[in-house]
Amino acid sequence: MRFERREHIPPALAVLTPLIAVAISLALAGGLIALAGAPVLTAFGKIITGAFGSKLAVTETLARTAPLILTGLAAAVAFRARLWNIGAEGQLYLGAIAVAAASAHLFGGLPGVVQIPLLFVTGALAGMVLLLIPLWLRLRFQVDEVVTTLLLNFVALLFVSMLIDTVLKDPLAFGWPQSVPVASQAELPKIIPRSRLHIGLLVAVVLAFVVHFIQSRTAFGLQSRAAGLNPSGAAFAGVPLGRTLLLVAMLSGGLAGLAGAVEVMGITSYVTTELSPGYGYSGIVVAMLAGLNPLGVVLAALFTAVMFVGADAMSRSLAVPSYIADVTVALSLLTMLVAIFFTQYRIRR
Amino acid sequence: MSETVLDISQVSKRFGATLANDTISLSLERGEIIALLGENGAGKTTLMSMLFGHYTPDSGHISVMGRVLPPGRPKAAIRAGIGMVHQHFSLAPNLSVLENVMTGTESLWRPWSDRAKGRARLMEISARFGLKVSPDARLGDLSVGEQQRVEILKALYNDAKILVLDEPTAVLTNVEAEHMFGNLKDMARQGLSIIFISHKLDEVMATADRIVVLRGGRVVAERRAVETSKAELAGLMVGREVKRPLREPATPGAVVLEAKAVTLREGGVERLKAVDFHLRAGEVLGIIGVSGNGQAALARLTGGLARRSAGEITLFGQPVGDLSVREVVGAGIGRIPEDRNHDGVIGEMAIWENGVLERLPEFTRGGLVDRKAGMEFARRIIEGFDVRGGTPASRIRLLSGGNMQKLILGRNLIEHPKILIAAQPARGLDEGAVAAVHERILAARRAGTAVLLISEDLDEVMALADRIQAITGGRLSPPVRPEGINARQLGLMMAGEWGAAEHAV
Repeated sequence: MRFERREHIPPALAVLTPLIAVAISLALAGGLIALAGAPVLTAFGKIITGAFGSKLAVTETLARTAPLILTGLAAAVAFRARLWNIGAEGQLYLGAIAVAAASAHLFGGLPGVVQIPLLFVTGALAGMVLLLIPLWLRLRFQVDEVVTTLLLNFVALLFVSMLIDTVLKDPLAFGWPQSVPVASQAELPKIIPRSRLHIGLLVAVVLAFVVHFIQSRTAFGLQSRAAGLNPSGAAFAGVPLGRTLLLVAMLSGGLAGLAGAVEVMGITSYVTTELSPGYGYSGIVVAMLAGLNPLGVVLAALFTAVMFVGADAMSRSLAVPSYIADVTVALSLLTMLVAIFFTQYRIRR
Repeated sequence: MSETVLDISQVSKRFGATLANDTISLSLERGEIIALLGENGAGKTTLMSMLFGHYTPDSGHISVMGRVLPPGRPKAAIRAGIGMVHQHFSLAPNLSVLENVMTGTESLWRPWSDRAKGRARLMEISARFGLKVSPDARLGDLSVGEQQRVEILKALYNDAKILVLDEPTAVLTNVEAEHMFGNLKDMARQGLSIIFISHKLDEVMATADRIVVLRGGRVVAERRAVETSKAELAGLMVGREVKRPLREPATPGAVVLEAKAVTLREGGVERLKAVDFHLRAGEVLGIIGVSGNGQAALARLTGGLARRSAGEITLFGQPVGDLSVREVVGAGIGRIPEDRNHDGVIGEMAIWENGVLERLPEFTRGGLVDRKAGMEFARRIIEGFDVRGGTPASRIRLLSGGNMQKLILGRNLIEHPKILIAAQPARGLDEGAVAAVHERILAARRAGTAVLLISEDLDEVMALADRIQAITGGRLSPPVRPEGINARQLGLMMAGEWGAAEHAV
């Protein structure tokens, strides 16, 4: 048995790939649920009702989707250009803390229409700055950005932890380590009143379309793809590699920073070290499931959110460990990687 | 006494609509060297892949030392004594030579590997066949020629009695190739049987005892090397008379590009040392030399990819600074890179994207790529330059080497450049494609383009160039005319003996 590279990838296969991958990962997760002693079909039913069964469930699922879209886009944009940004988690936290600080100390008095966009920009800028350090190290000293971006996540989290215990500590929080809150005008309007679903979801979806447009239609999109696929060929054709990667990094870091901004302004209104349940890392899975396609990211983010919210509900009612959500999402990444391989190669005897 | 070690009998293989191998029979004697000669796509590699068990024949069988080889089983082929040296080596650059050779020869369940025994065996083989290597060198640090030697040693380490080499010279310099063929002859004298795949007539004539010519999946002829000629083989291989075009006399125009005492230093190494040359409209200046003597640096410098360390360059009579790629392309300078796949194209991108990438500003309005205009540009190239096997929207890696090169030529020549920098433009192409590329270069010369032809192929330079300069160790000889010089003298010039260039022009 051997593998042979396909000359053409059938379009139907390209669309089916993530669906097959997800189906297999669910089947494998079913095995684990059975091992935990719960009825598998009932469990899947609970996952679905947990994620969609009530108005509250739906809004909760969608509220979780918003940051996943943004971190998914951050990973997709960077990976397209072969810039391995594993640091969305740290960029998210830095964006979040920058927003809290800016709202509390700089823009707090401004009305919402002015302040909200300003804070979006602030969060994005903070995320960018954190990714520019590894990019500079890579361009200047060929330091592998996988390592630097990954490790900076811990640096960023500890930095935030320090800030919320010291200069940005909320004096009214009875000693809890949490940051000063954002001004009330800066809180994102809700799409559905009295739920946690805020307009951050719309911002994220619109940005998915914007990123898709940038990648498919602009000269920058073409050049970043060329730089990722074959750097020396791109350089020969005159693509400015450094500048292209710089723009890619700004876009990627900015999107991740924005994810943090949206979480703070839409959900918590202050920063703690438990702001993100790993949105930055899940964004990598989301991007891979989407085949790095920005529009696919929206659907992949929805799937991931459903798994997290639904599995939570399921574990509460069936006493299956809620880690099943993490396992399923992780399995879907592995099956997706195998599925991607089979879209590019066929088996020959 | 002759002893048949390999017998390929009536083997056929079909891929979809194409019959890649059509009832091919072939036998190999002990100590014999056979050349499998044919154009790209003649079925040489398919046949060898079946021999090595990568493909299963549709019909026919293969026997080694009188025993039928089970089809489609590479391990069985190795055990039967067949060693394959692929065009693209299957070696790990981060391992040592010894580790590379020993990989796969020991069971994975052994607690540790017997390196001392492996080393002794490797050194013994190395001495017996005169293949010098240092077992502890890191493979990635070796030259391509040395890496190939490791690949051959690896096959011998596995007790190969029959060695198959797929286009062994495609990646080698001329000197390395000569050395390698010397080794092969030695090995044959010691009883090894060898098959090598090639489409180069010179090396086939010089090395093989017997030549099997493949065309369109069939064996069209079999000749003893002593009983045939290059002309006959060329005719058999192509199936029709292919004549490389020759330049006709012309009067060159004004000087368009001139370099005075230009030096290029990279990472502490002087790649170019105070070189002088000038290039006139409507002429071809040939730069000949063994690869690794500064050709790549010269192509990068003139193509906008390197900054000179000293010296002056004038373009159309005006002194210029270091131009970027975009400025070079914008000034009407076309560039054909030495390494098509590495620099010339981005394989996973569409043909139209590869067509417009180096002139992207012309196809961009307000930051948006004009896809329609790009597709139209690609269509014009495909039609005008006879590029076969793809549409503007299909990925470029699906094109054959010759068609890829036609596309690269086309995207440069379609805009009628004033200067064309062509680095090894016919490397790795078959005879038909070489003729097509040469014809295009001469057509550009007729249209007034100044061509800087950087090549290590003597025939190519002699046929195309109006003036020739040799490059050795980063220095350029004074120019000579091809009429006043023969191949031997040019060879001396390439070796740094510039006496022949006394009557410089």
